[in-house]
This record gives sequence, structure tokens and C-alpha cells, in this order.
Amino acid sequence: MAKVIMTADDSASVRQMVTFTLKQGGYEVVEAVDGKDALQKLSSTKVDMLITDLNMPNLDGIGLIKGARALPSCKFIPIVMLTTESQDSRKQEGKAAGATGWIVKPFKPEQLMAVVKKVLG
Amino acid sequence: MMDIHRQAFLEEAAELLTELETSLLELEERPEDPDIIGRVFRAMHTIKGSGAMFGFDDIAAFTHEVETVFDMVRNGRLKVTKKLVNLTLAARDQIKAMLDAAERGDLPEESVSCQIIAGLRELAPHGDEQPQVHEPKAQPERATLATYRIRFAPVAEIMACGTNPLHLLNELREMGTCSITAQSKGFPPLEGMNPEGCYVYWDIVLTTDQGVNAIRDVFIFVEDDCEIRIEEIADHGASVADDGYKKLGEILVERGDITAEAMAEVLGQQKRFGELAVSQGIIPEAKVQSALVEQRHIKEVRQEKQSQEAATSIRVPAERLDVLVNLVGELVTVQARLSQTAIERDDVELSAIAEEVERLTSELRDSALNIRMLPIGSTFSKFKRLVRDLSSELGKEIEMTTDGAETELDKTVIEKLNDPLVHLIRNSIDHGIELPEARVAAGKPRHGTVHLAAVHSGDSVLITIKDDGAGLDKEAIRAKAVEKGIIPAAAELSEKELFNLIFAPGFSTAKKLSSVSGRGVGMDVVKRAIEALRGSIDVSSSRGEGTRITVRIPLTLAIIESLLVKIGGDSFMLPLALVNECVELTREDVARAHGRNLANVRDHLVPYIPLRERFGISGEPPEIEQIVITEVEGARVGFVVDHVIGEHQTVIKSLGRAYKNIEGISGATILGDGSVALILDIQHLIQSVEREAH
Repeated sequence: MAKVIMTADDSASVRQMVTFTLKQGGYEVVEAVDGKDALQKLSSTKVDMLITDLNMPNLDGIGLIKGARALPSCKFIPIVMLTTESQDSRKQEGKAAGATGWIVKPFKPEQLMAVVKKVLG
Repeated sequence: MMDIHRQAFLEEAAELLTELETSLLELEERPEDPDIIGRVFRAMHTIKGSGAMFGFDDIAAFTHEVETVFDMVRNGRLKVTKKLVNLTLAARDQIKAMLDAAERGDLPEESVSCQIIAGLRELAPHGDEQPQVHEPKAQPERATLATYRIRFAPVAEIMACGTNPLHLLNELREMGTCSITAQSKGFPPLEGMNPEGCYVYWDIVLTTDQGVNAIRDVFIFVEDDCEIRIEEIADHGASVADDGYKKLGEILVERGDITAEAMAEVLGQQKRFGELAVSQGIIPEAKVQSALVEQRHIKEVRQEKQSQEAATSIRVPAERLDVLVNLVGELVTVQARLSQTAIERDDVELSAIAEEVERLTSELRDSALNIRMLPIGSTFSKFKRLVRDLSSELGKEIEMTTDGAETELDKTVIEKLNDPLVHLIRNSIDHGIELPEARVAAGKPRHGTVHLAAVHSGDSVLITIKDDGAGLDKEAIRAKAVEKGIIPAAAELSEKELFNLIFAPGFSTAKKLSSVSGRGVGMDVVKRAIEALRGSIDVSSSRGEGTRITVRIPLTLAIIESLLVKIGGDSFMLPLALVNECVELTREDVARAHGRNLANVRDHLVPYIPLRERFGISGEPPEIEQIVITEVEGARVGFVVDHVIGEHQTVIKSLGRAYKNIEGISGATILGDGSVALILDIQHLIQSVEREAH
């Protein structure tokens, strides 16, 4: 069965690209428009991995990571955050919150796939 | 693919800019509101991030400047002023202009950008930080093969961050030859143990050509929380000659698991070091085991490298190849059956599978047959010896030259070619090349030459035996043929027909039998042997200058392309290489020819052989029969059959010994439906019909 990956991002174009890339790689994708939406969906949908932006309205990426890690179903799933290079301190914050790794924006589809493969095995 | 994403970005950015405008106007009203500041920042941030991702680097760079300022506002380091709002609004308009320009494919006005950036920097000086533009990661350097010792010791809580250490180990495994030993740093007492913790670490020995940076990349997400040591311990780029590797003690000292002094002390005693060290409690056994794994790993990598260097070619017993080719033959037969079934069932899915199998089978067939291809050179060198021995026996001075020794032919074809070639070379030496004195008298060098050449020509190989001897004596051949009753005295023959007489059974131009060629083996036997290989033989000669014999043989014997035909309920195959065309033969055509077996094909008369009659197959032929017209040695001859089914891959099976001498049939094959089809020997059929006509 195909693994399910959630992408949480307030940018529709980034979501579209991430979704497109992951589907090409044979994954199923659940989209969330911000951290709140993501957390809500996580409580009812089982996902194998979470890719989240950091700056999002309503609930940001750090909050989402913390919230997700508190859910039993998400305790051990890989969580990858999308950061920009100017957010090095946020990266540490994200790691402290329980992120597995990060992808620095901008990224190419193949870089995204490499990271997914790395953390999802 | 990128285009739809770019379009999505353009639409999204336009939305964001509208939102940004509203937010900025609100901000003017409530300059302290963190929510609004956050919204402005996020809009800028998203435009920047997505912009760079979809190739709008200029927009990303420009937006970065605005974002930086709003980051300061967000952190309380900068106050919102009217001037800032004005500048940001101008920036927003500029971004819009840049987006519009991008959509049209133009370049935006750069000076405006510069002014805005200058203004922003004045408000919030932030050094000369460069805009963040995406830089592609450098290509990993191509390192030579080397072995690394890696220790990967994660913190106990590693899995709480969603990292599965096994994935990382697997990633290492994919990089090359990898030996992994799990070690434990000791488990805490049960009450203090975190059941979700990781109390294991790993010693890894990895041989890879991807370089140390690629290994570091594996651990990129965990390098802060784990102990990771990577050391290069052997470089296999250079020589692999030294076959010993470090002693166990040295490895343990290098790894820092034991001190040099401790090792020296243990070494003072006379047992194996590892056992001693463990038995004396200097080091736990697991550590010794891990070091032993490293020792073994290096040894194996070296061995493998050595065997790889030796294994560019392998010798395989010929029987195994024969078995392989036989199996491929069976597979071709089954595949034909599958294709036929697929067509009959009219099932799209089955047809697709059948096509795929057909493609794979033909590739497999080609490569299996290729394995049996050998250069003809080894046979050539055998002939050199023959020439040397024969010429000294006959008192002649003859040299042999060769060409195309590298030309490849199926092993079995080479074997079967041996005898005919020996005979042809003998003929050249015995009958062709004159004695040295005669040569000198004829104004030729004392030394005669036999030239043997092989060359590829389509799906055949041409082998030429050329001598610079006396050439064929046309009159002698004619006289002999008349004497033997092969041709009538008054027969008018072309040069080619005349030369071809030497292949007639019982024909020999030698005045007397020499010990060399007089073994009751004539050129007719050679011809038959070549034809048995589905080849042909051709002679040309000019008096006094020499003779050239050209043998054309197919590359392989195992599988041929053929045309499947039906007569009554029986199936027959004609080698496709000889087939020219198929035409219809109606009852009226037959009647019009008044019993002569001639068909009018585009105003040319083509003789034909009615196979139904020839093979004595009972039953009525269909109203319209088919003539398969073949071309052999320039002559067109038709074969009348009931139906032409189509092209077919034919795996040739030889007939049993009992049927060996049946004329006109060269073998058999098994069809897709399991029935047997006989392969027609076109040349023999034509010859036997001609013989009967004389």
C-alpha cells in the first residue's frame, strides 16, 4: 500500500509542487493549508510522514510539530520542515520540537524525493 | 511540468499581493498589531520562498530585502513608520510589475528595485548581506574506491525525532560493500530504561567510491545528536597487491578501544591476541568481534577486486552454452505459442504481455546466440600448418595470408566449416598453385600465395579462398564433363555454369589422383557440406591468374527467420532469406499453362514446383493456391503451396538419423500450437527437380 505523506503549507503553489512530486514518486498525499488544518487532519488520518512549512497562519510549523509529536499516531513518524536559509535559528527550534530533518527552500523535486526516501526508508 | 507550477505561483503571488496591500493599509492604522505584522511577513516570505523555487530568482532576491526588514519589525527591533509603509507599498507594486513582466516574458525595470532596496536599507541597515539565491549543491566529488570505518552512536532519544537509524544504515548499505556490527553501550537497569530509547551503536566498515562527503550526508539530520566518526582506513584506488591487513591489535588501538600499552602487554604472551585480550578482561568481546569484521571486510573487498580484475571474460564449457541455446530455442517456440494464443483470444492485456515477452525473447535470443560467437581466427591458424606441410610435400613454395581473423561466427558453424575449408585449401595447393619453376616460367614469383579472408555481410559471413595459381582450365573442365556425361557435347554454357561443373558429383580435373586430394572426396561433397549449413559456394577464376572461391554462410544455425506455409493439413517452412515474393495461382492460370509448371509474373515466366504433388499430399488444393517465389543463385523458382501463413521465428531441430538422407528437407521445427513443421531445403528441391528433367 502506498505510504501517505501530509504536506502542510499555506502556499498553494508549494503544495501543488510537493503533491505533484510525491505522487510521481508513488506516494499518497494529504494537503493541509496551515498548522491548524494539519493537526486537525492528523487526528483523523493516519500518515507516514509530515512535511511542513514553518511560517503559516493560525498555527505555525513549530506548533504543528509539537502538536503532532504529542499524538500517539505521529510519535515516531518522520517530520521534515521546509525552511529557508535565513531561518537557521528556527531550524534548531524545529529540531527541539521534534522535527526529523529539514529541506531548505528553494528546492528541486529530486531534492525533495531524496529527503523523503532518506527518512521514510 | 514546471510550467503548471509557475502558473500556479503567478496566480498565488497575485492573490498574496492583494492581501499584502490590504494588510499594509491596515498596518498604517494599527502599526503595533503583531497579527498584521505577521501577515505582512508571511506574505513576503511565501513569495520569496516559492519564487525562488519556481525560478523567479529576481523576485526572490528583491522580496528578501523587504522580508528582512519585516523580520526586524516582528522582533521589535524596528518601528512601523509611514515611510516604511510607503516603501513597502512601493515594493509591493514593484513585485507586481516583476510578476507581470515575467508573465509576458519581459524584464522588469531594475532601477526602481534598486531605489526601493536603498530606501529599505536606510531604514534598517543590515550590513551588506547578500540576497538568498538558490545555489545548487555541488556535484559530489568522484572519489576512488576507499574503505571507511564509521562509528554511528546515536543518542538514546533518536527515535523520538522520527529518525529510524535502520534507514540510515540501509542508506550506507546502498553505497557499496558494507559490514555492520551492532554494539551496545550497556543497557540501563530495567526501571531506568526508556523502552523507546536506542541503546545500540554501530561499527560500520564501508567500501565505496562515493567519497567521505556522501557518507557525511547520510547523517546530515542527526549529526548534532549523535557521535559520528568517519575515518578512511584503506584506499583501493592504487594497488591491491598487499594481501595482508592490519593486525587485530592495531585496529583496536586505532579505534581507540584499547591503548597501545595494553596491547603491548597482552602481546607479550603467546596466544591469539583477541582471545587473550578478552580473556583478561581488557576489552569486551563485542569490540573484538567488530574489529575482526573490519579485518575480514577489507580482505573480502580486496579479494573481490582481484577477482573482478580477472573476470572480464570467463570460460564456459561448450555444453552449457548448447543447453542455453536449446532453452532459448524452446522459449522462442513457447513465445510463438503465446503470441498466437493472444491473437486468437483477442485480449488486449494478454496481447500486451505477449508483445513484451516477444521483445524480451528476441533480445535474449540474440544475446544467447552472441555468446556462442567465436572469432574464426583459431581455425585460420590451423590452416597455416596445413599449407606449410602440404607445400613441402608437393615441392611447392606457398605462403598463406589471412584477413578478418576476428570475424565472429557461431561455434557450431566454425566446427562444420572446418572440413570444407580444408578441402578447398588443399585444392588450391594441389591443383591451383604451380611448381616454382613453372611459376617463374610464367613470369610469376616462385612463391605462391593462398589468401584466406572472412568478412561479415549482413546476416552472413563471406569466406574467400583465393590463390594466385594457374586458374581453372575451362576447356579441360568442358572436356571432362562431356566425358563423364554430365553435359552433352554441344552444350553451350556460360563461364559461371562451366565453373560450377566442378561441383558436380564425380568430377575431378586432376589428371591423376594425388595422395593429397585423391581421397574420394570431391567438390560435390564440399558443396553439400556448405549447403547443409544453409550456405552457398561460388567460383570465379581467370586463366593464369588464379582462382577465387567464395563461401557464404549464415551467422548462426540455431534459429532462422522463415516463412510458414500450409499444404493440406501440413506445415512447412521456407528460409525467409531466400523468399522473394508470393503470388496467387488460380485454376485458370494452371489451365492456361497447358501442364507446364510456369507462372507468368509481370511478364516474366517463373518455373514452379507444385509441392503438394512433389510430396504426394492427398486431397484437393484450394481454388486459389499461392506461389512462393524464391531466388537462389540469381534464378527465380516458385513453390506452390495452399496457404501462406506468415513470417516465423524458426528454431531448427535436426531430423533423426533415420531421416538424414531425405532430399528437400533440411530440418524441422515446432510450431506455436505444438505441431511440427518441416523446413524445406530449397536448393536441393530445385536440384532434384532439375535432375529429373534432364
